Amino acid sequence: MTSARLEAQPAAWVEPNVVVEVWRETFAIANVELRKLFRDPTELFTRAIQPVLWLVVFGQVFSRVRGIPTGNISYLAFMTPGILAQSVLFAAIFYGIAVIWERDLGIVHKLLVSPAKRISLVLGKAVSAGFRGVMQAIIIYLIAIALHIAIRWAPLHIVAVLAGVALGSAIFATFSLIIACIVKSRERFMGIGQVLTMPLFFASNAIYPIAIMPAWLKVVALVNPLTYLVDALRGQMIVGGESVHGFASDVGIMIVIFVVLSAIAARLYPTLLR
Amino acid sequence: MASVDSTTLVGRPGFAVETEALTKTYGDLVAVDHLNCRVPYGQIFGLLGPNGAGKSTTIKMLTTLLDPTSGSAKVAGFDIVAAPSQVRRSIGYVPQMLSADGALTGEENLLLSAKLYAIPRAERKPRIAEALAFMGLTDFGRRLVKTYSGGMIRRLELAQAMLHRPMVLFLDEPTIGLDPVARHTVWDRLRDLRHNFGMTILITTHDMDEADELCDELALMHRGQIAALGKPAELKAGLGPEATLDDVFAHFSGGSIQEGGSYRDIRQTRSTASRLG
Repeated sequence: MTSARLEAQPAAWVEPNVVVEVWRETFAIANVELRKLFRDPTELFTRAIQPVLWLVVFGQVFSRVRGIPTGNISYLAFMTPGILAQSVLFAAIFYGIAVIWERDLGIVHKLLVSPAKRISLVLGKAVSAGFRGVMQAIIIYLIAIALHIAIRWAPLHIVAVLAGVALGSAIFATFSLIIACIVKSRERFMGIGQVLTMPLFFASNAIYPIAIMPAWLKVVALVNPLTYLVDALRGQMIVGGESVHGFASDVGIMIVIFVVLSAIAARLYPTLLR
Repeated sequence: MASVDSTTLVGRPGFAVETEALTKTYGDLVAVDHLNCRVPYGQIFGLLGPNGAGKSTTIKMLTTLLDPTSGSAKVAGFDIVAAPSQVRRSIGYVPQMLSADGALTGEENLLLSAKLYAIPRAERKPRIAEALAFMGLTDFGRRLVKTYSGGMIRRLELAQAMLHRPMVLFLDEPTIGLDPVARHTVWDRLRDLRHNFGMTILITTHDMDEADELCDELALMHRGQIAALGKPAELKAGLGPEATLDDVFAHFSGGSIQEGGSYRDIRQTRSTASRLG
């Protein structure tokens, strides 16, 4: 094969702005993830089953107990944002498995040998996790409509809910990436993932308010990122729902958590290969 | 950007890869032991050795995936520790495993590489088309990679690795698990890459035919050091008139290439084999 006119030199390198570069790389990674998701969206539907069970079965039954103080809203309405947050957590916490899979396939090697910044590789995963979270939120909205839960339909509230969900997904996906970098094997990851999800869920305000927890659990709940996600969603999603900390503080705390986790993940990502 | 005669890079002064007492230890284990090695520009250079000889660790250090414990190395003139991002922009890498993403099309795999290597938007399409044509994959660009054969995946990976015109291309066991026809096609494409773009190509291999037919020069690694270095013909002649590369290998590493093999290598080979179906 002759292709004499092809240029033999490496592409001329223009050093662009770091922010622009990270942006381009992040969305290159996220774009690929989302193409894969839309090519095979079964995952989105199977993920909808668990929240349906929680709301339709657990929620309907517990609505009759009336032992849990939920202010002036029904228990079902109270727990809906909690179940949304839970489904976000359960989906995102297993992202690390996919990364370990990519490591075993050599994909991570190729990404790390490319000039892409490590932080872009981490943010790319986070952005796609955020997007998947938004898709789940849409499904939960549909379930909530079917159950006649009073939703706040004002666009600003919807946007706030979706933004909170995206941020929460990004947090748990990045946390998951950190665990993947530490354990490096699918088997160990599955074990740790299982061990983490339920405690994070029960030590949060997802299905009961923090006020009725014993003192030690309150402490755990306050350092649990899920608590802030649920609190943010509860104030925005449901008519009459109240946020304890306020949407701005919840989101502020989540942003800080996300920045810290991303920095750690970017440092650990290259160690995935060792 | 001026068009450059492919011979310019081949005859370029200095070395594409140059290591000085390059060392990597894991606790007590010395994986690479004061390695001194020079690869001139434009060569196809083979790194041979039994499993555990330090080939993969060497490649990982040269591609900036691993920091050396001591010593230094330059790739395309850039120090691997002081200037890792310049090294990354100057090299291409094809891992041992068939690592193209099966859930994406060939073009999508290439587009991701083009973006990560900062190829300007306007150049992406023509370069992707060119790389597909170069690797004989033009008709398959829109198909999902999971429908590709092993040889096609490997050629797609070469297409990914050539998109940004690296000066040095690293390949870890480039033809492992491929059938003989696919293997020869990969060799031909590697020769074309060297001929048309003046790329320096560094491969690790276990395959004596590959070492013999493809490589200009070989370094036989044993216990983290270079036990023998030279052109395939020289290495064979040095041992006797009838000697084969297998004999050379056995002579310098004290065993046959078939022996040994860590669990990890076996597992990787198996996973490659299972992906090939």
